[in-house]
Amino acid sequence: MLSASTDSHFTHKIWQEEELSKMVEGGVPFPMLSDGGGRIGAAYGVYDEAAGVDIRGRFLIDPDGVIQAMEVMTPPVGRNISELIRQVKAFQHNRATGEVLPAGWTPGQPTLKPGPDLVGKVWQVWKPVKIDG
Amino acid sequence: MTQSLESCARPPTAGPLAPPGDASAGAVSPVPQEEKRMIARVGKTAPDFETTAFHQGAFKLVKLSDYAGKWVLLCFYPGDFTYV
Repeated sequence: MLSASTDSHFTHKIWQEEELSKMVEGGVPFPMLSDGGGRIGAAYGVYDEAAGVDIRGRFLIDPDGVIQAMEVMTPPVGRNISELIRQVKAFQHNRATGEVLPAGWTPGQPTLKPGPDLVGKVWQVWKPVKIDG
Repeated sequence: MTQSLESCARPPTAGPLAPPGDASAGAVSPVPQEEKRMIARVGKTAPDFETTAFHQGAFKLVKLSDYAGKWVLLCFYPGDFTYV
């Protein structure tokens, strides 16, 4: 886990000491990166030049350095960690087994083994959970 | 190197790094134009970078490619001390 904003590493230190350490015991455990000038954010398509800040974007990068998932949001709404964790587990499962994960999959639910036998038969395997509302 | 991270001046970190073998891009600022076209996309290699960080009470340099072989979650956010 790496976090990044356009703040300096000095600001990160004070934020960690003055606020984050009071919200998370011991402070956040991951490196807090300084993206001064937004150059890294620009490479990831999340730097807002008008505001001079990196907007909320997160990127899941696999052990080969390939981006497997991304989510980018405007500032006012926070993220949903449970969906992120679901994606991490799904991509790790796929990488370990080659199996693919249908829509709405959560750990423990049936997975799909791609191949000729599965064509036209997904309905037999995949029983999506109905969501109210 | 640790010394310079603690000085007043911003250290000359590399920021985004050009992919290996791209001789047209240098490692020093200003950022070569070549790098600006490298935009993150799913299924593609994540743009490498090197920058300063605060971690476990110390300043250090962090390079994305140092995490090769591990899953990495890279999170951008608008700023320290913001509310959400």
